[in-house]
Amino acid sequence: MSENAYITSACVIRNNMVTRNGEKVFEEKNAALPEFLRALYDRYSGQYPKFHKMDLLSKLGWAAVEILLQETPMDMYAPEDTGVVLANTSSSLDTDERYYETVSEIASPALFVYTLPNIVIGEISIRHKFKGENAFFVDDRFDIGFIAGYVRQLLETGAVKACVCGWVEQYHTGYEAALYLVEKNARGMALPFTAEQVEKLYR
Amino acid sequence: MADLKVQIIQQLNLQEVKPEDIGNDQPLFKEGLGLDSIDALELIVLLQQHHNIRIAKPEDGPNIFYSVRTMAEYITAEQNKTA
Repeated sequence: MSENAYITSACVIRNNMVTRNGEKVFEEKNAALPEFLRALYDRYSGQYPKFHKMDLLSKLGWAAVEILLQETPMDMYAPEDTGVVLANTSSSLDTDERYYETVSEIASPALFVYTLPNIVIGEISIRHKFKGENAFFVDDRFDIGFIAGYVRQLLETGAVKACVCGWVEQYHTGYEAALYLVEKNARGMALPFTAEQVEKLYR
Repeated sequence: MADLKVQIIQQLNLQEVKPEDIGNDQPLFKEGLGLDSIDALELIVLLQQHHNIRIAKPEDGPNIFYSVRTMAEYITAEQNKTA
């Protein structure tokens, strides 16, 4: 795998705890997922009313990117230069089910718009003005080798200069986010972008 | 109109907006409250769920949903028709 790309930031959210670059930065014990995500919003975001309209999957991914990019601003990149490549295993099933429950009366437009998993990429891209390549994969596990290979190809072909990538999973009360900022140029913690290094940060 | 503002806040999940933040004549869309097209659909749902009103002419939407006052006037007019 190429050494000419770097993991410049990493954020893992699971078990009501947030780690950034391997260090615990936030914890809210005993909070249900909606309250935990609201706590992340209050702690890490400025006013962004659209957050409250998002489904839980989008809130999770959106909040994780807020933390991921807090110390690695992206304003040196053109909008087309930053991509977003994400994956999960439950797609948008949690919201699909909630939307289906509304159909018997009046179908909810606000829920309907979140019945695709890649909407989380849209919410992240709107927030950070990303217009580069994006993809959302649904897989039975976080296949780090596949995601790393896909992102490496985007970087090596010049499709993007930076990429937010990783895993954003949520279904009912279960959730996990593991996101990485990968760039061609080194800054921040600047770890070599290898599947092994991603795995180490994920564990 | 105070009740309608509460309904709008609940329907659109405007968690950081209080009823008193919404002016009676303030535009709901664009430069006003900043609502979007999905919110417009949710306001249609609000009329159906809370007031049993279905908008007969979709082209009237921009005038009906211009502000809280125009919404309230429309609801009152429709209720008077069925009274």
